[in-house]
Amino acid sequence: MYLSTIDRPRAGGWKGVSANVFALGAVSLVTDVSSEMVTAVLPLYLVVGLQLSPAAYGVVDGVYTGATTLLRLAGGYLADRTTRRKAVAGFGYALSAVAKLGLLAAGTSTALLGAVITADRAGKGLRTAPRDALITLSTPSGDLGRAFGVHRAMDGIGAFAGPLVALAVLAAAGESFDSVFVTSSCVAALGVVILLVFVRDHRSAVPATPVRPSAVVELLRDRDVRRVVPAAAVLGLATIGDGFVYLLLQKREGLAIGWFPLLAVGTSLVYLLLAAPMGALADRVGRLPVVLGGYAALVAVYLLVFGPLGGLPLVAVVLVLYGFFYAATDGVLMALAGPVLPERLRATGIALVQSGQAVAYLGSSVLFGLAWQFWGPETATRLAACGVVLALAATAVLMGRRA
Amino acid sequence: MSGLPVRARFAVTAAAALVLAGVAVGYTALSSGPGGDVVAGAVSGPRLQVLGNGRLSVVSRTDPSAPREVTDQRCDRAYAAGGTIACLRPVGPLKAGGLAVLDSSLRELRTVPLTGFPNRARVSASGRMVAWTLFVDGHSYAANGFSTSTGILDTRTGALVTSLEEFTSTVDGSVVTAADRNYWGVTFAADDNRFYATMSTGGHRYLVEGDFAARTVKALADDVECPSLSPDGTRIAFKAAVGGDPQRGWRLSTLDLATMAVTPSAEARSVDDQPAWLDDRTIAYGVQRGDGVNDVWVVPADGTGSPRVLVPEANSPAPL
Repeated sequence: MYLSTIDRPRAGGWKGVSANVFALGAVSLVTDVSSEMVTAVLPLYLVVGLQLSPAAYGVVDGVYTGATTLLRLAGGYLADRTTRRKAVAGFGYALSAVAKLGLLAAGTSTALLGAVITADRAGKGLRTAPRDALITLSTPSGDLGRAFGVHRAMDGIGAFAGPLVALAVLAAAGESFDSVFVTSSCVAALGVVILLVFVRDHRSAVPATPVRPSAVVELLRDRDVRRVVPAAAVLGLATIGDGFVYLLLQKREGLAIGWFPLLAVGTSLVYLLLAAPMGALADRVGRLPVVLGGYAALVAVYLLVFGPLGGLPLVAVVLVLYGFFYAATDGVLMALAGPVLPERLRATGIALVQSGQAVAYLGSSVLFGLAWQFWGPETATRLAACGVVLALAATAVLMGRRA
Repeated sequence: MSGLPVRARFAVTAAAALVLAGVAVGYTALSSGPGGDVVAGAVSGPRLQVLGNGRLSVVSRTDPSAPREVTDQRCDRAYAAGGTIACLRPVGPLKAGGLAVLDSSLRELRTVPLTGFPNRARVSASGRMVAWTLFVDGHSYAANGFSTSTGILDTRTGALVTSLEEFTSTVDGSVVTAADRNYWGVTFAADDNRFYATMSTGGHRYLVEGDFAARTVKALADDVECPSLSPDGTRIAFKAAVGGDPQRGWRLSTLDLATMAVTPSAEARSVDDQPAWLDDRTIAYGVQRGDGVNDVWVVPADGTGSPRVLVPEANSPAPL
């Protein structure tokens, strides 16, 4: 299969988006309400509630990223090996639900908090690849952009509502963080119920030759895969992380601490509004141009942070562009990669693409942090913008070439 | 379960949602109940304002274990003098912190929104001038480089200096403009214009004397942190970094401003607080226990005697 044919799929329609995709979207929506509730208050809980020093907070905050990447591959491989994609995803969702309660049990122990947050992230790592594989297997390839668009939009609604629900619970509970964690766990449990009841597994016959760990090697021998995975990694390497972008905005505009979570809310609002339309656009005009357009918006974001605009217009334009970037790349990249991957290795392949991106992203955050320290934030963002331009060119070459 | 008829699937989901919502709402309702069980009562005789469990409270100086007057005011740091109370309100999940200036009957005279984690608060003896220090970046000693923001409010004229970095600072007569300047721990002289504070730059932590009207500060001595001027204006109580290295802790000491002679107090433990003079002979300060709870201790200022607990489970002492 040529990438160029995948890139410009025949125009399908919204009918290709099956009930299963909506069910998976509902699970993600509910789960994201749960996880974003915790994400929104966790820094405050650690620093204000438990009075952890920033150094300890950094340790807690940093422990889990590596675990996620490895478990993503494990989850993908397990899903392919057993063809029980729903069960593997369900286990991941359940693990995260239980971890929310673990935050209560951990008390002020940095080690326990780290372990609990790792478990939460592990759950996320395990479930992502099987879930995305289920989406691709439940959708005709021409409609994948729409399917992922719908799924990511529903996901975005959850991410948008999560912090607001957290604030409401805090207000109702006399600012008790415990209530946020308990509520979050209950919401996550509801997500698991919806998954169990509404999502249909896409179980192909277990292959005669079961999928082996060498499947990863086999995947990497595939010429198309050898272009998708590096491209995703290169794009990941060009992304510096939301935290940095919001921090730069906050510093430049002297925004109060209370504004910080709202920046994420603004981005996810744009993201959820644009995800489905961008998916449809990708199905129509080709997925690669849409992804590249998204990264072009990212270049603008990095340049604008120290650009001529200021005040509210700056914040608004940056959040719109940033939301557009996510809408044009997050799901569309999966829609782009999905059909390239052989069906029996779909979850493993998706995990590989996402892991490549995640590892690169981790590296870029470290590099950006160093650049910030040595050359200051202005030069660092300019360098980041240059990095994205280079990544754009590399991706265009890698993915646009006819095999 | 995805084999069930659609109606049954919705029923199962709705039932699960009800049960889970019940758990969440029940837990939230229970945790919003009232808390706190401090023995409250009227205080007579010489009085001391403290923070007990984060609440602005008043205790008897002669009988600190007697019932306390506990108010609804929550502060992370507080000080009071001349009928003015400075309360640095804590940062909460739903609200930013800031400075609240209250009169002695707790009426709110003025609030100043501030961003950062409360660290020091002071009021001049007349009650006119209010100063505060916040950690703004790193906000902890844990990270090697921390950053503070120190401001002063003149409650009579409303003049507000949000950062002492706006002032012209000199060391040995030459102007210092280094970006690493940090100020903390202001204490006011009786004229409501002069003040003392700590300025750190280039690895030194200077005692600086400031002039609010002239907007200047000048360095007087090195290795003097968190100064506190005695009521008679002759001495400064402060924390002296052991061997000039804060990593080794601080020794509570006094400095005679006429002779610049330093006298270590009998308090041998490391004290990380801005001391407060209860009178011309006694200084009070907070010491944190292993479990994070503070006690207010006192020690004679002249290096004699020994430290003792004045008010258990309290911090931010200020004589009223």
